[in-house]
Amino acid sequence: MTTTALQEPVRGTPSGAPAARRPRRRTGRAHRALLPYLLLLPALLLELLVHLVPMVIGVMMSFKELVQIYIRDWSSAPWSGLGNYRMTVDFHAPVGAALLHSFLVTVGFTLLSVALCWLIGTAAALFLQDTFRGRGLLRALFLVPYALPVYAAVITWVFMFQHDNGLVNHVLHDQLHLTDKPAFWLIGDNSFYALLTVSVWKGWPFAFLVVTAGLQNIPGELYEAAALDGAGMWQRIARITLPSLRPVNQVLVLVLFLWTFNDFNTPYVLFGRAAPDAADLVSVHIYQASFVTWNFGTGSAMSVLLLLFLLVVTGAYLLITSRGRRGADA
Amino acid sequence: MHDSPMAPPRSFLWVRRVFLTLLTGFVLIPVYVMVSSSLKPLADVTGKFRWLPSGLTLRPYIDIWSTVPLARYFVNSLIVAGAATLCSVVVAVFAAYAVSRYDFRGKRVFTVTVLSTQMFPGILFLLPLFLLYVNIGNATGIALFGSRGGLILTYLTFSLPFSIWMLIGYLDSVPRDLDEAALVDGCGPLGALFRIVVPAAVPGIVAVAVYAFMTAWGEVLFASVMTDDTTRTLAVGLQGYSTLNNVYWNQIMAASLVVSVPVVAGFLLLQRYLVAGLTAGAVK
Amino acid sequence: MRSIRAAATCAVTLSLVLAATACGGGSSAGGGSNDAPKTLTYWASNQGASIAVDKQVLQPELDKFEKQTGIKVKLEVVPWSDLLNRILTAATSGQGPDVLNIGNTWSSSLQATGALLPWDAKNFDKIGGKGRFVESALASTGAQGKDPAAVPLYSMAYALYYNKKIFAEAGISRPPATWDELTADGKKIKAQGKSVLGAEGSNLSENIHHVFVFAKQHGADFFTSDGKPAFTDPKVVEAVKSYVDLMARDQVIPTGDAEYAQNQSVSDFAKGRQAMLLWQSASANLKSQGMPDSDYGIAPVPVRSGTPGPGTQIDSMVAGINIAVFRDTHNLDGATRFVKFMTSDDEQKILNKAYSSIPPVTSAQSDPAFGTPANTVLKNTLATSAAALPQVPNESQFETTVGTAVKDLFADAAAGRAVTTDSVRAALQKAQQQMPAA
Repeated sequence: MTTTALQEPVRGTPSGAPAARRPRRRTGRAHRALLPYLLLLPALLLELLVHLVPMVIGVMMSFKELVQIYIRDWSSAPWSGLGNYRMTVDFHAPVGAALLHSFLVTVGFTLLSVALCWLIGTAAALFLQDTFRGRGLLRALFLVPYALPVYAAVITWVFMFQHDNGLVNHVLHDQLHLTDKPAFWLIGDNSFYALLTVSVWKGWPFAFLVVTAGLQNIPGELYEAAALDGAGMWQRIARITLPSLRPVNQVLVLVLFLWTFNDFNTPYVLFGRAAPDAADLVSVHIYQASFVTWNFGTGSAMSVLLLLFLLVVTGAYLLITSRGRRGADA
Repeated sequence: MHDSPMAPPRSFLWVRRVFLTLLTGFVLIPVYVMVSSSLKPLADVTGKFRWLPSGLTLRPYIDIWSTVPLARYFVNSLIVAGAATLCSVVVAVFAAYAVSRYDFRGKRVFTVTVLSTQMFPGILFLLPLFLLYVNIGNATGIALFGSRGGLILTYLTFSLPFSIWMLIGYLDSVPRDLDEAALVDGCGPLGALFRIVVPAAVPGIVAVAVYAFMTAWGEVLFASVMTDDTTRTLAVGLQGYSTLNNVYWNQIMAASLVVSVPVVAGFLLLQRYLVAGLTAGAVK
Repeated sequence: MRSIRAAATCAVTLSLVLAATACGGGSSAGGGSNDAPKTLTYWASNQGASIAVDKQVLQPELDKFEKQTGIKVKLEVVPWSDLLNRILTAATSGQGPDVLNIGNTWSSSLQATGALLPWDAKNFDKIGGKGRFVESALASTGAQGKDPAAVPLYSMAYALYYNKKIFAEAGISRPPATWDELTADGKKIKAQGKSVLGAEGSNLSENIHHVFVFAKQHGADFFTSDGKPAFTDPKVVEAVKSYVDLMARDQVIPTGDAEYAQNQSVSDFAKGRQAMLLWQSASANLKSQGMPDSDYGIAPVPVRSGTPGPGTQIDSMVAGINIAVFRDTHNLDGATRFVKFMTSDDEQKILNKAYSSIPPVTSAQSDPAFGTPANTVLKNTLATSAAALPQVPNESQFETTVGTAVKDLFADAAAGRAVTTDSVRAALQKAQQQMPAA
């Protein structure tokens, strides 16, 4: 998420410079130097209170043996050193193996979900770029899944995915006769696809929204020039639209990735506290490891590992994509 | 756009038609299920799925208010989400203004730190945050845990990173000459911010507000741990319809709809700001 | 300079953290106080048809208590989905209710956290002594050899509910007393186009309750006598397999039930789609769904052979709700008086009638309301053939891990995959390895 910092070289000018260079005579220099910090102070304090300090506490917890007998007074819990970490990364033992499995499921799920969200969102944005009758209506309609509160949306899908009485089996089995017997969507292997469907349904409008916004920044002259060169509609999309969307996509894909990867609400509402193996996302897995089995030390260690993974992935992603971008810009 | 070389070819129109039709179906079916099921009698929603209700009833819409104290949850959610949105926007505007208009030491550290909190798994700091609130409460007497205040504080911070980031982009797009002129005219920096920059940044601010509101309105995990009966929000309260006895699907759907309408309506009304805000802010 | 600033930020952060840890974890080892003698907070579990119903049942009683003692009780009915988490966070922070309901199977787990007031002889004397309570109910109030962590409030037991009309149509004259009879009856019922037996395959607690009884009937236990998990004991494996086989082999439980977790099987029974249901105290529930008492009969849960009794003839877990005092209460005396009030003969009769449960207080059981045929079955079961779930500190983890294993096995059975001794053992082995090293 270092996007802003990363965009600075692209923008060229250090953003605050002019204002700083033209100081008002009456204000003391010290005062001026202080002002940005004062403006940042509320945000800083909030971040400190709600994100950073709890995170540090969380990291500390991950080094403690924080099981049920200590939760009442957790500062008395013994330090366990790297014990929790050793347990969580021992992939030959069941705890580690389950975490690894859950991690792999999450990675697969996230990649598929982000890809589908991006694909559908981009396609929809492209198709709604020209004006035609009903465009406004469709645009509004497409935003509905994103605007719905998570719980309301996911519980509706639970209703539809029921084995006996759900719409999905009614359509697939009773009406279209595609399956020889009604499938289970909320338990067993199919739960992965159920989760993916809901996640994509809920997530693609965000991609749609961002790409729609991104399209408005592409100068019309580019298209006209290409059209004069004889490029057809499809070629224009391939040659102008998609490359111009690159910076947008860079951010969009990253944000989608982080949100999907850390999503807790969707699997939790969909499956409850014991997710089926096939859809055992890591956020719910950690929730279960800490809250359901009351082992907050192990749960924290898993969270920290997850955070490290996301840091590495994000860093690498930004490095690779921005290098590519600079290359393209040059 | 519709002069002859720009006109979309037949293949494009055809693909567009098919794609949009399928997508509309995908989007609409759950919405239809939600609406139609909320009007069905209980027998219809606990038996085999049927596209058309055997009879229409408004009963679920009456029952939802007594099965769980939905009205109270609604008020709680409005207060929490409203206050969180308001504060989040104000705090984000200040921060984004500082980053966008000033050069100062630590700017990069600040932006990177704030934005990297986006990748924290919520589960990592659920318990620590809870402990922190309790301890602050014990030490100072300010009740953060279990109160709406604590939840407001939490949610406003959740939406902060993305909001700041979006607003930095947006404020960068507001011409600097405007506020510099105001500064020269003798406005203080805050005067310039509120009289010039904020009015010019309305689309970006609205986009941020919508995002903050939605974040607070739908959050389940923290709300379930940090609220009690009197401060419970809708997202958690809706779970009350699955009782020991029965799953009142029609009521769940009716309540979901009631809960969704304000957000969806607001979202759709403000969508053009949203696109405008994103256009200038986030996607440059 | 940047690094200096970063260092400064770190320093601020660290000092805040230290401040947090210094007062960390809420409470000292103290045992409550009497700082707030005029008020109490009470977390009730959701026992009635809805939270609103619970409030209607409890509020008049709380008013009565206020009239007697001048203590105002602030009631919160906590949904089951939240209850354990709320208790955990309360224990962690020391900020919680004064009095609370807990599922009786959680007693030892919560006892281990030290968050609940131990009920030693002195405390028990304040509420009329241990002798007032039914023995089987007391067996589920905490680890053996320790002072109980809670006091029994409502007792329940599993029974076999059967639809009289479906039985008549299928030509079955009396409810099955053994599993073999149940399977044989199932064939006749299925011939009538009805489903046979309901289950909540995705409900971890329900799964645990049933496999626990099956294990008892196979002469096995999930824990060794010194509290170590023994999930892969051949007899345990056999017991779990025979429960899942009700779906996988005997096909008396419909495959659709594998994903039930929200009491859909009760609805199926109430609607007359399904002939039998194994449930605890379902009467009020069935009535609220429009099934009159006369439509169904109640019989003991089947056993492998013979009649229910102790040992391998166990046919139910001791189900129920306990009431506990939070150790960090600010009104210790008031809390104790409230427990006394709630466990008094009069209140026991009123509340247990309202929730169609059985009073764990012997003297309250004499009320004729608990002598109906339905309640007699439950009462007898509790008295003679019910056993308490393992009273070990890791009970709640056991419920999660083994409950999940059974859920997964049901999912296999539903998907048409074979459920074999090996697959059951593998599932249980995984569950056992996920248990914390004790």
